[in-house]
Amino acid sequence: MPLVLPNNIDDTLALLSQEDYVADRSLATTLFLALKMGRPLFLEGEAGVGKTEIAKVLSAALGRRLVRLQCYEGLDIASAVYEWNYSRQMIEIRLTEAAGAVDKQGLSSDVFSSDFLIERPLLQALRGEEDGPSVLLIDELDRTDEPFEAYLLEILSDFQITIPEIGTIKAKQPPIVIITSNRTREIHDALKRRCLYHWVDYPNAERELQIVNAKLPGIDSKLSQQLVAFVQRLRDQDLFKSPGVAETLDWADALTQLDKVALDSDTIDNTLGALLKYQDDISRIRGSEAAQLLEQVKLELANV
Amino acid sequence: MQAPSDNQGRIAENIMYFARLLRSAGLPVGPGKVLDAISAVRLVGIGAQEDLYWTLFSQFVNRKDQRELFNQAFHIFWRNPHIMERMMGAMLPTIKVEQEQELEEMSRRLTEAMSSGSFSGKAETDSSKVEFDASFTFSEKEVLQEKDFEKMSAEEIAVAKQAISHLRLPIADLPTRRFKRAEKGVQIDMRATLRAALRSPDIVPLKLKTPKRRRPPLVMLCDISGSMSQYSRMFLHFMHAMTNDRYRVHCFVFGTRLTNISRYLKHRDVDVALDKAALGVKDWSGGTRIGACLKEFNNFWSRRVLTQGAITLIISDGLDRDEGDGLKKEMERLTKSSRRLIWLNPLLRFESFEPKAKGIRAMLPYVDDFKAAHNLKSLVELADVLGSQPSKQADIPTHFIEQVA
Repeated sequence: MPLVLPNNIDDTLALLSQEDYVADRSLATTLFLALKMGRPLFLEGEAGVGKTEIAKVLSAALGRRLVRLQCYEGLDIASAVYEWNYSRQMIEIRLTEAAGAVDKQGLSSDVFSSDFLIERPLLQALRGEEDGPSVLLIDELDRTDEPFEAYLLEILSDFQITIPEIGTIKAKQPPIVIITSNRTREIHDALKRRCLYHWVDYPNAERELQIVNAKLPGIDSKLSQQLVAFVQRLRDQDLFKSPGVAETLDWADALTQLDKVALDSDTIDNTLGALLKYQDDISRIRGSEAAQLLEQVKLELANV
Repeated sequence: MQAPSDNQGRIAENIMYFARLLRSAGLPVGPGKVLDAISAVRLVGIGAQEDLYWTLFSQFVNRKDQRELFNQAFHIFWRNPHIMERMMGAMLPTIKVEQEQELEEMSRRLTEAMSSGSFSGKAETDSSKVEFDASFTFSEKEVLQEKDFEKMSAEEIAVAKQAISHLRLPIADLPTRRFKRAEKGVQIDMRATLRAALRSPDIVPLKLKTPKRRRPPLVMLCDISGSMSQYSRMFLHFMHAMTNDRYRVHCFVFGTRLTNISRYLKHRDVDVALDKAALGVKDWSGGTRIGACLKEFNNFWSRRVLTQGAITLIISDGLDRDEGDGLKKEMERLTKSSRRLIWLNPLLRFESFEPKAKGIRAMLPYVDDFKAAHNLKSLVELADVLGSQPSKQADIPTHFIEQVA
């Protein structure tokens, strides 16, 4: 059953938290505006801060279909928008010829009709569903190249796609578009201009704790406090890649699997791989540095 | 054109001189444009100066960044009644007028353009393009090719800068995952084949496609510390030329800290671009902390600019104030994230160069190419290197490696 769009920012927050997504108010505001104004939402931020998750949560909460387009370098129209079903077309041509009736003109319009079209994510998203327009997630747009970005301009501003053999396909209702980028390169202004922009930052301690508790309901409350405080301190360190929320959740999960109820130096050293993904970072933190951070965390929590 | 009246004749002549001034200042003003401008001025009529301004503007300016140059040239040329005599003086080598003082405020290029007549000692009688090499004979250019940037006179530097602005780096293209139609392709283009099959009566003509190729991004890191000061000016011109030749070029300068100057250099006008860059950079001609700067680059920029097969160019003498502290680790990371790492070192010009300095010893094992860069010739050779070898393939004189090891 299609659910209605939220009417204000509080509704938006409620909608997200209903799916266990703890958002801060700035994100909820931008999301609310994007939904209301029918504009694409452009989310930028470090890896693992929950950009992709927003689209998934939105589709679940609104009961809409999620159409995901994972970008990569060299992504082309054939794999992003549509492709002709060549083998079916060939069989069709052979059959028509075998039947003896060769009307080239008619055949041409037959085999280049929508029956022979394979729809790829962008076209699927524009077609929509019975239960309302779908949620289109264009993930990691920075991985693709400029020509594809330029192609997106038409889709994002008019929500239509032109197929030379068929004509222009326009969305009856524009899909909800979420674009994410890890900022491995700058996206062109022309594209950004059409979207509402939001920088997804690392959450503060309080929010991160909420996230951990929401995602891992069974976790020991002392452990969750400690590990969140530890991760927060780790982000202040001079690291090549700071751990994201996804890493915090992984780590929390790992610690629960190990039946830990409190952090200790050994455990941290052994499970650091869940948090840090660069050998340089791991060797820097492992051992004395980690022990020192843990001391600070314990002190901080004792004072509260 | 009919025989003009006296007054009109002078206007036409003035427009011609004005056009010549613009042309030597770098605006693309051809003889056709001059004729157009003369007839345009005739159409508008000679009246208010503002009319004349916009009439000529409409003819001679066709890009946003030319406006300022035109504006200055116009006011100097048409507002100052004596400037014509000066110009004439400048054109005729025998009469040399002291003009430096009044021209102080002018754009450097404009000034050079105005004095170019006396400088070259050769007046252009026809409307051929005024270019720097018109004033130098072939052999002089040859000498300049080999001359060290450090030993050049101001005039020679100007010529070298001009030559650099024409330099192109033909970096070998990389195949992409996209395809284009090609007669001798490697894969069948099904869409085109089927369409062709429907058109042709009996046979199915196979249409082929081949991967598109495209230039990889280029990232340049230029040392602007005191020991490099003679060279860094030239390399800024080099970076400007590269930025405007191709897209996906990122330029950084470093001394004690790292500055991204890509945005400044995007300006097409080299003077404006370098002025802007100069304002943006705080550590000209100071010490060098290569390790710290590379660390900053690795942490904040490498993931944003070293994508899609980027080539990295380091321009530095490798003389590091921190004695190569932490440099090794950062170089290792840099080389791992670049498709190819090229080091241009002006010190390599000395026959007896030995990698003694700690900074150099720390950097050398990680670079794919180690090249001299002290004169025009070496920069041209660099173009050959980049054009021929598309991938990681060490090109360091072997005795250096032995010395480092």
